[in-house]
Amino acid sequence: MAQQGLSWDLLADLQLLLQFHFMQNALLVGTLVAILAGAIGYFVVLRGQSFATHMLSQVGFPGAAAGVLVHTSPVLGLIVFCVAGALGIGWTGRSVDAGRRGESAAVGSILAFSLALGLLFFRLYAGSAQGIYGFLFGTILGITDSDVLLTAATTVVGLAVIAVIGRPLLFASVDPDAAEARGVRVRAISIAFLILVALSVAETVQVIGTLLIFALLVTPAAAAQRLTARPGLGLALTIALSVLFMWSGLAIAYFSLYPVGFFVTSLAFATYLAIRLFRAASRDHHRPAMETAT
Amino acid sequence: MAASNPQPGAAVHFQDAGVRIGGRFVWRHVDLEVRQGSFVAILGPNGAGKSTLVRAALGLTELAEGTVTVFGRRVRRGNDDIGYLPQRRNFDADLRIRGVDLVRLGLDGARWGFPLPFADRLSGGAKAARVDEVIRLVGAQGYAERSIGELSGGEQQRLLIAQALVSGARMLFLDEPLDSLDLNNQQAISALIQSICQERQVTVLLVAHDVNPILPYLDTVVYVAQGQVVSGKPEDVIKTETLTRLYGAPVEVLQTSDGRLVVVGQHEPVSYHGHEAP
Amino acid sequence: MIPLALQPFTPNLIDDARQILGYDFMQNAVLAGTFTALAAGLVGYYVVLRNEVFTSDALGHVAFTGGLGALLAGLQLLLGVFASTIAVAVGMGTLGGRARGRDVAIGTIFAWVLGVGVLFLSLYTSTRSGSGGGTAGVSILFGSILGLQQAQAAITAAAAVITTLGLFAIARPLLFISVDPDVAAARGVPTALVTVLFLILLGATVAEAVQAVGALLIFGLMVTPAAIAQRLTTRPFMGLLLSGALAIAFVWAGLALAFYVAYPASFFITALAFGTYLATMIFGRVAALRGALA
Repeated sequence: MAQQGLSWDLLADLQLLLQFHFMQNALLVGTLVAILAGAIGYFVVLRGQSFATHMLSQVGFPGAAAGVLVHTSPVLGLIVFCVAGALGIGWTGRSVDAGRRGESAAVGSILAFSLALGLLFFRLYAGSAQGIYGFLFGTILGITDSDVLLTAATTVVGLAVIAVIGRPLLFASVDPDAAEARGVRVRAISIAFLILVALSVAETVQVIGTLLIFALLVTPAAAAQRLTARPGLGLALTIALSVLFMWSGLAIAYFSLYPVGFFVTSLAFATYLAIRLFRAASRDHHRPAMETAT
Repeated sequence: MAASNPQPGAAVHFQDAGVRIGGRFVWRHVDLEVRQGSFVAILGPNGAGKSTLVRAALGLTELAEGTVTVFGRRVRRGNDDIGYLPQRRNFDADLRIRGVDLVRLGLDGARWGFPLPFADRLSGGAKAARVDEVIRLVGAQGYAERSIGELSGGEQQRLLIAQALVSGARMLFLDEPLDSLDLNNQQAISALIQSICQERQVTVLLVAHDVNPILPYLDTVVYVAQGQVVSGKPEDVIKTETLTRLYGAPVEVLQTSDGRLVVVGQHEPVSYHGHEAP
Repeated sequence: MIPLALQPFTPNLIDDARQILGYDFMQNAVLAGTFTALAAGLVGYYVVLRNEVFTSDALGHVAFTGGLGALLAGLQLLLGVFASTIAVAVGMGTLGGRARGRDVAIGTIFAWVLGVGVLFLSLYTSTRSGSGGGTAGVSILFGSILGLQQAQAAITAAAAVITTLGLFAIARPLLFISVDPDVAAARGVPTALVTVLFLILLGATVAEAVQAVGALLIFGLMVTPAAIAQRLTTRPFMGLLLSGALAIAFVWAGLALAFYVAYPASFFITALAFGTYLATMIFGRVAALRGALA
């Protein structure tokens, strides 16, 4: 994949990076995806719903395969299955916290079945191993122009919705009872948010796969929330980190032979670790006011 | 009040005992003797070390100084003579285990292996009979077969008392058993404990932070505060003079018109260790 | 189009069974599968009881990475899988409380572990390109029970038998500490020892289950049968045995289906388990509804 090696001339590297269409697409989609993932991820961590995110991504896996099976875009299949999953979670009204044993078992069973179903669909259209890996771990190849358009549309819609419900969402996330009392429709917002998560997950899976979604949807936000408690700053920082991980991951993956999923997760993990160690070492015992269980 | 000579018939005997947690002594120079068959309340403010006293007698917490014996022998874990009800056990609603199974665990749960389906029947059903007997004793036969998570606080507590007794315990340690119960249940469970104490000659040590539900049944009160332990008859210990002396600060004991005791004026001591606070 | 099976299905089940077992690969599959299912069902009962479902998920990821790491290093796959799962299981247990998958930190770490596995996978595939190395990952992820060599099957079965015996040996004290830890300690149960033994058994069971159904689908064997059993009975030891029996039943039925309808066995096993679970839930609701209306 690397036509020429990485050099010290960053401008030249950048030109190399951008010379192929597939890579342009990958970068475009990657950026769009990272922005939305950062924005949504900030609230996911705030609301302690990182687990629901994991669940939605795995439920989306058969959707991707089903999409290929019925000859449409896998992203479309992902969107359908993920949104259906979000509606399902919202309908049960539970918070899908993996805390209760009955629920853990139920969720675990659903996850296993989703993945198994995806496997079946793959076999039905005789997909290759590489194809499966692509959905599970992400790929920078094979992102079509229509995928780019779909992703752009989804991102725009997602960001628009966040812009509109952002403040009540923040209120409802931090203090649901008070928000309810002030007229915020907490339950409606929760369901709307889950659907947003589903959309973000669906499009993020393209680049990073269903199994590694944490690294873009959760870790940047977790890292950012360790650094600041101010929502505006936290949100911006999350998006910045998310985009940074994505670009770096894509670039390194392009120049080396190795998979993008590995680089993004490693970068995310390393950054998170560094921030936690830094916080611990700096003896700063002022814990950010809105710190959730990270 | 210090007991100077070890009585062979003592259920629990602390001599010059001290426990250290986190580098500081919770209490030390404790001399305490509990007579067999007596009903003892262990009282004191939060964080004073009441639970620690119980845990030391169970062998769950090591003494830093002094000795403690139970029925004249060294403390050890897994002592069939002692039944234990720890503080605040709430079973999740989705824990699907029957009450009777929980009681049975008190009998042989610590043994390795797996209960073969017919082994009990072959040995004459002795174990099942024991379990049945204690369940009847606490009055839980009506709901012992149900999933423990579905039962109310009072019902769970009865089964847990049964569990504590099933291995033939001669002594019961109960750590704040009335804590999460409503008034009716508090009185019912207190009466149950009293009847077990009297009819079966079981020594009872009950940690409480409200003495009133059990006051009518008490033989002895052990008051833990400020790193010390004072014991004696209720009317001697829960008295303005005694507690003031214990705290080294003005403490008043008031009696309401219906006979309940209220202790006023104490300030909470510094907690040495977070987990003592309920 | 359904591929033709090796033998047609006949109403005479005994004959069918005899025919199926005439094939070497089926013998291996049944050998490994039966004992693995038993171990998984038994250990899984406690996993659900102790609310450690997502610890098992994490261990599945570790199995993937450990197995590929071993292959890459030229060692036996099984060695890598067993060593890594057992080591991490014990490590997680001793290092910190109950590892719940919903923690952001845990999720990030295990996403990274999976990312490393992806790296190993691509390294391994590229060094073995052209010799079918590309499907090693799929086998680890989704199981390869129908492709087991006799030696592999025998080792897996033997390990599973040892795991089963080990679990029976600690069944009682493990139940006690899982349900009532304080009293168990007071009654003399060596809590730390029993916990470590359980974690070793857990790691080993995950490693065995990975052979049969793959790292991603272990829940189908380790969680779903246990969840069904715990819904059907509140007698703990009956539930334990029922869990094992159900797991075996699902494996047998799944293998038979895979024989006649040549789609992945792990799909059938997981689907059967999930279907049964769903049925149990639905009948439970219906019964409760009837009871409420009566």
